[in-house]
Amino acid sequence: MVEKMDSLQHDVLVVGGGGAGLRAAIAVARDHPDTSVGVISKVYPMRSHTVSAEGGAAAVISPSDSLDDHAYDTISGSDWLADQDAVEILVENATDEMLQLEHWGCPWSRDPDGHVSVRPFGGMKLERTWYAADKTGFHLLHTLFQTTLKYDAIIRYDEWFVTSLIVADGRCQGVTAIDIRTGEMLSIGAKSVVLCTGGGGRVYPFTTNGSIKTGDGMSLAYRAGVPLKDMEFVQYHPTGLPGTGILITEAARSEGGVLVNNEGRRYLQDYGLGQPLDLKDPDHPRKRTMELGPRDRLSQAFVKEREAGRTFEGADGDYVELDIRHLGEREIDRKIPMVRELAVRYIGIDPVHDPIPVRTVVHYMMGGIDTDTRGATSLPGLFAAGECACVSVNGANRLGSNSLTEILVFGARAAVAAVDHASRVSLPSNQLLESSARSEQSRLEATLLRKNGAGETVSGIRSDLQEALEEGAGIFRDEATLQRTCSTITDLQERYEKLVLTDTSRTFNTELVTALELGAMLDIGEAIAHSALARTESRGSHQRTDHPDRDDAGFLKHSLAYQSEGNPTIGYKDVTITRWPPGERVYGNV
Amino acid sequence: MSDRTVLDVYRYLPDNESEPTFQSYELDYQDNWVVLDALNHIKAEIDSTLSFRWSCRMGVCGSCGMMVNGEPKLTCETFIRDYDTQTITIEPLSHFPVIRDLVINMDDFMEKLPRVSPWLIPDEDKPLEDGEYLQTPAQVAHYKRFSMCINCMLCYSACPVYGLDPSFTGPAVLALAARYNLDSRDDGMKERAAEVSAHEGIWECTYVGECTQVCPKDVDPAGAIQMLKLSYALDWARSVVMPRSSGS
Repeated sequence: MVEKMDSLQHDVLVVGGGGAGLRAAIAVARDHPDTSVGVISKVYPMRSHTVSAEGGAAAVISPSDSLDDHAYDTISGSDWLADQDAVEILVENATDEMLQLEHWGCPWSRDPDGHVSVRPFGGMKLERTWYAADKTGFHLLHTLFQTTLKYDAIIRYDEWFVTSLIVADGRCQGVTAIDIRTGEMLSIGAKSVVLCTGGGGRVYPFTTNGSIKTGDGMSLAYRAGVPLKDMEFVQYHPTGLPGTGILITEAARSEGGVLVNNEGRRYLQDYGLGQPLDLKDPDHPRKRTMELGPRDRLSQAFVKEREAGRTFEGADGDYVELDIRHLGEREIDRKIPMVRELAVRYIGIDPVHDPIPVRTVVHYMMGGIDTDTRGATSLPGLFAAGECACVSVNGANRLGSNSLTEILVFGARAAVAAVDHASRVSLPSNQLLESSARSEQSRLEATLLRKNGAGETVSGIRSDLQEALEEGAGIFRDEATLQRTCSTITDLQERYEKLVLTDTSRTFNTELVTALELGAMLDIGEAIAHSALARTESRGSHQRTDHPDRDDAGFLKHSLAYQSEGNPTIGYKDVTITRWPPGERVYGNV
Repeated sequence: MSDRTVLDVYRYLPDNESEPTFQSYELDYQDNWVVLDALNHIKAEIDSTLSFRWSCRMGVCGSCGMMVNGEPKLTCETFIRDYDTQTITIEPLSHFPVIRDLVINMDDFMEKLPRVSPWLIPDEDKPLEDGEYLQTPAQVAHYKRFSMCINCMLCYSACPVYGLDPSFTGPAVLALAARYNLDSRDDGMKERAAEVSAHEGIWECTYVGECTQVCPKDVDPAGAIQMLKLSYALDWARSVVMPRSSGS
């Protein structure tokens, strides 16, 4: 816990205590012991959503694998929207990051000879996904968190909610934040601020994401004039549990699980993903084929199957079946125990004996705060890494197991850039910090905390926003549905202005926190819908039924959403191509 | 299928109230609802001032522990249908100060955790170029169970020793010390001794075993503490028999 000082300040302030944030903090504390580093998070670090990642983290380790293969899989998986210089950095640094985690104690699953095990993953040509059974994110996060405890230099602000970035003289100089426990608004000065706040899957009604994934950091940057990049690219995972949206890991398919429709057919063969092999075939599951195709294609296939009436009808929506019975109880318990644990607990189905009902579910945002490959944004002093950022290594579709790698590689890199920046600027004045906190407190008292309300509630606006995005900006979109969603969001923003809280106490006011989160959700919802409306092509996870083809001449570009008066302004910038010219994405038995 | 139940919820706002009260919320619930779903329903539809922590709603982030009918539970894993009582009582986890409503103050745990050095302390640092430390599946299995702790605080809430003496290091922190002591890559057992093998550490545990009973992740802190007692006792015995070889 932090000890209150007259003025709180750090050379580097990390916002967010998940995988990217903790990796960044360790990079500062270990490699720059004279640099003061703070980690501020709205939850205790071990509650961060990295904890929910299951399947693994990609890094080349087998002698038969190569960095170029990992890069090619990532770039083709991204539908050529990833920046290839960023992808090269990702794959080149991935293995060292995994080994570093190992040296910090991560309980990676092992082969009998004691070397770390790797498993195949969707869209990857070879086995290169490191895993700790199917709780990889949990172990990765706790290993990082426990390692941070070694460094007294890392000062944590647990359960503080950042409400704004302090920008003066054209650079970011800290944040204003509420200490949730006391309700006090304070400023924390910093020479460099690193946003590691995760994604915002909660803007959709049905998501694998925990309640904290509300896009707060993306919104902070957006409001400070930094563009949000490629926000139209939202990943639907093909295998969520109906009802809750709890994730059934892709590792279930890596280990041999298959997807079946209501006719008992392995329907992915009908969607250009190759031919199924017999379950007893030693080559099953074949890489980059069928169930090991990329997530965008698998989720799109689910929608087509539903439209054709070949999904099952359930109380919690249509579903297909994920069948892992042929793996047997022993392998299921050894390799993917959490799959069994979750299915038994939440839907009462033991996958040893019965197939698991699954449906598509919002999982990840490829888009985020526009950064360069060092994690720097267009605002001096502001850096970002992890899901909240868009470097971009994921382009139009992220491959499973690249995100845990990304948070480590780019969390560490953002720290390097933040330390470098901090060495060249000075800390903000106490006067700036005090006036920033005061004006932020006044802003809240004039809006959310004012006394007279007009009857709008957080939950009412939030569920309308979620419905609008699902209806208009789901797996398939078109101009009409997107137009409608954009105009609904404008209405919701007006309703948000009338929102008044019932809870006016200062102590642990979770209604205030959810209202602030809702403000961020409206920002990123706006960026998603308008970016999707402007991109009149189909690429990766962004499928426009009115523009079904990829259009490299017009849209081999990143979209950039800038907050403006009224609707956001959408600009573009070129994708960086190094060695892999745009080509056709080919999956299946090739 | 929907049914009706009453949640009797502990409310306390220390700023304004001298003591806690209980508030009843009657609501329809679905067969597949966990207690956390009901609390979220209350917050969204009935009373937005009710305060509690939650996030992943899949039993891994460790945020949503509460007393449900007097037992410490992760509310995201506790189904309403499993209670046949007319009302279900929801209280903050026992043995912790309350910040507000169902939100406990866990500063004590956060302060104790770093004291047992819960990080890998290798014999000598190995450069990354030399690759990973080899560890067989059996060596992983040796400590794996104790690495599964999600820091949910249920074991502290169940532990009668911690209830009587908050200076006790407590189950989850000691289980994490065991997790690293048992890791074949680790050589930090002696470094952890001052905290772990102190009176307030393992020796205060009376092996009631409640911690293991309530652990939602099957970590077995009671077993971890027994193993620590044995290993530190052996270490002490060795130091008596062979004082020069044991180090200090």
